[in-house]
Amino acid sequence: MRRLLTHPSLVLGVVATLVFVALGLISLVWTPYPIEQIDIPRRFLAPGAAHWLGTDNLGRDMLSLVMAGTWTSFVVAAIAVAIGAGIGVPLGLAAAAWGGPVEWLVLRFSDFIFAFPSVIVAILITTLLGPSAINAIVAIGIFNIPVFARVARGGALSIATLDFVAAGRLAGLGNAMIAWRHLLPNIMSLLIVQGTIQLSLGILAEAGLSYVGLGTQPPETSLGLMLRSAQGLFLIHPWLSLVPGLCIVLIVVALNIAGDGLRDAIDPRLRQGNSNVLA
Amino acid sequence: MILFTLRRFLGFVVTLLVAAGVIFWLLDLLPGDTAQFMLGINATPESVARLRVQMGLDAPAHQRFLGWLWGMLQGDFGMSYTQRAPVAELIWGRLGVTMPLSVLAMIISMVVGLPLGILAARQRGKALDTALMVTAQTGIAIPNFWFGMLLTLLFAVTLRWLPPGGFTPWHEDSGAALRGLILPSLALALPQASILARVMRTALVDVTGQDYIRTARAKGLTMGEAVWRHGVRNALLPVLTILGLQFAYLVAGTIIVENVFYLPGLGKLIFTAISERDLILVRGATIILIVAVTATMLLTDLAYALVDPRLRERSAP
Repeated sequence: MRRLLTHPSLVLGVVATLVFVALGLISLVWTPYPIEQIDIPRRFLAPGAAHWLGTDNLGRDMLSLVMAGTWTSFVVAAIAVAIGAGIGVPLGLAAAAWGGPVEWLVLRFSDFIFAFPSVIVAILITTLLGPSAINAIVAIGIFNIPVFARVARGGALSIATLDFVAAGRLAGLGNAMIAWRHLLPNIMSLLIVQGTIQLSLGILAEAGLSYVGLGTQPPETSLGLMLRSAQGLFLIHPWLSLVPGLCIVLIVVALNIAGDGLRDAIDPRLRQGNSNVLA
Repeated sequence: MILFTLRRFLGFVVTLLVAAGVIFWLLDLLPGDTAQFMLGINATPESVARLRVQMGLDAPAHQRFLGWLWGMLQGDFGMSYTQRAPVAELIWGRLGVTMPLSVLAMIISMVVGLPLGILAARQRGKALDTALMVTAQTGIAIPNFWFGMLLTLLFAVTLRWLPPGGFTPWHEDSGAALRGLILPSLALALPQASILARVMRTALVDVTGQDYIRTARAKGLTMGEAVWRHGVRNALLPVLTILGLQFAYLVAGTIIVENVFYLPGLGKLIFTAISERDLILVRGATIILIVAVTATMLLTDLAYALVDPRLRERSAP
């Protein structure tokens, strides 16, 4: 733990991320004003003592909306990471442990999924089931699967040739046990770093999907949805777009700094990696 | 090389076939009658029956799937029910906005991102490198559609240099059409350029430590010459992979950015089709997007093999 604290960028990124997570968590039990409270006479207020970030076109408190929206964005991105890791990591480990046709199949499968950008998946699901935050979660989650599968396979392959894995095999462990006992614990740090990166990409993707109406729907709120409702007004009231947009930028920067710091802290050799490439 | 190309092309065809199957099956999965779904709950039984026949819905699923595939091979994507026009024609018209936009964005991001990445790598560890990488870090974090809004505010509203949105068709005034695409392509290019700059820098820094650079230096080249002649070419390999992926996702990304600038591209067409429940149009447009994504990835693989002979020998990536 002390070793981790010596990386200033890691500390900065994690603290900044936690601040936003905390804001989101607080919104579950308390926001300065109820987010659904429409108060037309008090609309378009500039930031002031009563409304720290002003009010929107319906007189709702911007700070309350940002807090609740931040939470939605985090939840959507986090569940999508869980889906991606939950399916992708076992696939990647299986590819590394079994090799042969299993590996071939996993690689072709992830190639195939790569052909479906999350926008396309979201379009298909929305046509099927209508728009909702679940769409965004599934679409981003599917996008995450091959990413985790590749990272898990790559990491596991470099470990699978080490002596302790061979020792495990001599001790009679099957492929599944090797993957579970020896490969998985050793690629955990890689997975955590990738998880941070996918979390930040997920927040960006959620914003994009909700902005075009394929994601979160009112009366729920998310940072992307705030940008959607501010769209028609942003030439007259740019403030309404600036606040949620800046919020997204800050969260994503915080997560990326945390991810980079984590990578450096865990394994300086990984610094060469450029995994943050799929915007 | 021929074997490699053939194998890749086969993979491309299989991917497309499976993708078409998935799309067809998903949209066929809609609960209840597709014709009923498209016409809404107020439709009369007669009009539903008429649409069923018109769409060929009375045939079994595999026959309709094969029919759809066969039609697409001949350029027939079916008729849009809501727009009363051939889907292929509708999509073709919209691609005139979406494709130039993606290409323009890609060019901008390369022209900006690659030199900045090289510059940062050459200045490694100095203030300029740090400044550039901080900028790139921020650029990656900015949602492209939100950046589009900011650009509109600055260049269209405050400075009034460029139109805030809308699109003049190419055949009416190509200059105006191009001007309408400048802000959207800048918005799309920002995160891509940031990623490219980062990848280029990492790749070049990686390469600078290689033996062949030392050899070149020993032969009397300055560091700048050695990196330029031997380093950049090798560093471009990882960059090429990223470029392919980026272009693929850029095409998908345009759908969102088009929304900011009210551009009549593929995105607009798809969103209208969704809200009007025009399944045939959604099906055609999504398959076109997937063709664009997969074809780009195929071309990247082939280009990579062309540039790096080492790859041709290997069977699988």
